Amino acid sequence: MADREYAYYSGCSLEGTAVEYDISVRRVMEALGIRLSEPEDWSCCGSTPAHTVDHLLAAALAARNLTIIEKMGFNTVITPCPSCMMAFKKAHHRMKEDIRFKDEVNSLLDEPYNLNVQSKSALQIIIEDIGLEKVKERVTHVMPDLKVAPYYGCILNRPPEIAQFDDPENPLSMDKIFTAIGVEVCDFAFKVECCGAAYGVPKRDMVNELTYKILSMAVDCGANCVAVACPLCQQNLDLRQQQVNIRKNTSFNIPVLYFSQIMGLAYGYSPEEMVIDKLVVNPDSLISSRITLSQWNEMKAREAEASKAKKKEKKNIEKIEEET
Amino acid sequence: MDAINLTIIDRNFIELVKKESGENPYLCYQCGNCTAGCPYTTFFDYPVSQIMRLLQTGQKDIILNSRAIWVCATCETCTTRCPCQIDVAHIMDTLRIIARRENRVSEKDIKLFYDEFLSSMAKYGRIYELGLLLGYNIKSGHIMTDADLGPKVLTKGKIHFLPKKIKGRDKVSKIFERFKDRTRRDGR
Ligand code: SF4
Ligand code: SF4
Repeated sequence: MADREYAYYSGCSLEGTAVEYDISVRRVMEALGIRLSEPEDWSCCGSTPAHTVDHLLAAALAARNLTIIEKMGFNTVITPCPSCMMAFKKAHHRMKEDIRFKDEVNSLLDEPYNLNVQSKSALQIIIEDIGLEKVKERVTHVMPDLKVAPYYGCILNRPPEIAQFDDPENPLSMDKIFTAIGVEVCDFAFKVECCGAAYGVPKRDMVNELTYKILSMAVDCGANCVAVACPLCQQNLDLRQQQVNIRKNTSFNIPVLYFSQIMGLAYGYSPEEMVIDKLVVNPDSLISSRITLSQWNEMKAREAEASKAKKKEKKNIEKIEEET
Repeated sequence: MDAINLTIIDRNFIELVKKESGENPYLCYQCGNCTAGCPYTTFFDYPVSQIMRLLQTGQKDIILNSRAIWVCATCETCTTRCPCQIDVAHIMDTLRIIARRENRVSEKDIKLFYDEFLSSMAKYGRIYELGLLLGYNIKSGHIMTDADLGPKVLTKGKIHFLPKKIKGRDKVSKIFERFKDRTRRDGR
């Protein structure tokens, strides 16, 4: 049974190139007792392109969706895509700060937005509303081979006055979740570097340069996969990894998974249910060693037993040596 | 940076940026923190801290013709790190909007990509990724952009061949129309 219910705005990317993010977030939320309600007939948030035209237009395109959510009676919407989340947060923030701006935005809309909706990332909901205790409780499987570089990207937690969650320079929400579900986290220095965002198409060389740096740092810190919370980060690091290899003469082959896919695997969902096959760089070799928590605990108990026996034996030998 | 003629200070421009961004560029004391963190600075013609200085001295033409304001990805690093709490990224955003309005676009491909995005949005209410890419490729003349990714994207079934049209797409296009009417009325 669902403990809580939220509005859920997937956004255009999650309907297309990032469908595995959408499916894995929905399943993980369900596993955590969260019911999601999709706003009817939502439209694109406007993303980056709208705010190159005008602040007013950008806010209005975002606010149309907030109005729909408000009318559904929700005061929180989960937005897994950081671009959508920022578009919503900025529209809300600016309308709240400036009454005249609010009126102007509303004059572009069929129905006004009355400032009653908070947009939050799935990570924020998991940390603040669900809590790490429950995140841990739900674990059924262990993936001993995963070494994750947690990559947050540039706008998930910034600017801090608008994001209102986690640390803008050293965010820890993903780190904490992975630690709670027993996945090894690497000390990754480029958590908030920018991946090239929406420039993949018009400025591909630039994006390849930026992702080259991020992938290099991930490998250097000992990670064998990268975890992300943004469809653009995922695309630039995964789909364009081969472009980087050609351009920079490298041989990166490092899988880039959504954090929600990793959580789902720890919660016992199959790789098919987490739509792992949509990833370009194949993570199968890392997740095929997945075992159940009870198998893992048995293994750990046996190991502990063995090391105890070894210690005892060593003590006995020492004793005998002393006596002779 | 080339020598700048400080006898030509466009004060109206400074006021306009102040008004439209709600930020005060005079608070900047040129510490360079924004530039130090800007991941795009190697691709800029003027680093962001220099854009700030140019703004303080009213150098409208240099700023609006710059590549920097189009290449800036609104990654918010500068805003996060500015010790004077200036929303630098928002100023960059505002400068780009003004440049677009005055039809000064140093990075035609970036603008074209944005325009294709918005026209997809006005038409369908949501973004139709394949149509967006094809439209961009044809209009930019870079027909082969990302053609190497084609097989990967197609075999993964990641892209839809038909746009998803929402019921309320007329409502979305109405937002665009009302916005256009409004700018016409304001004589922009
Ligand atoms: S927002 Fe723009 S100017 Fe500021 S750091 Fe990012 S890319 Fe550079
Ligand atoms: S960080 Fe702020 S004060 Fe320092 S140069 Fe940049 S805008 Fe000016």
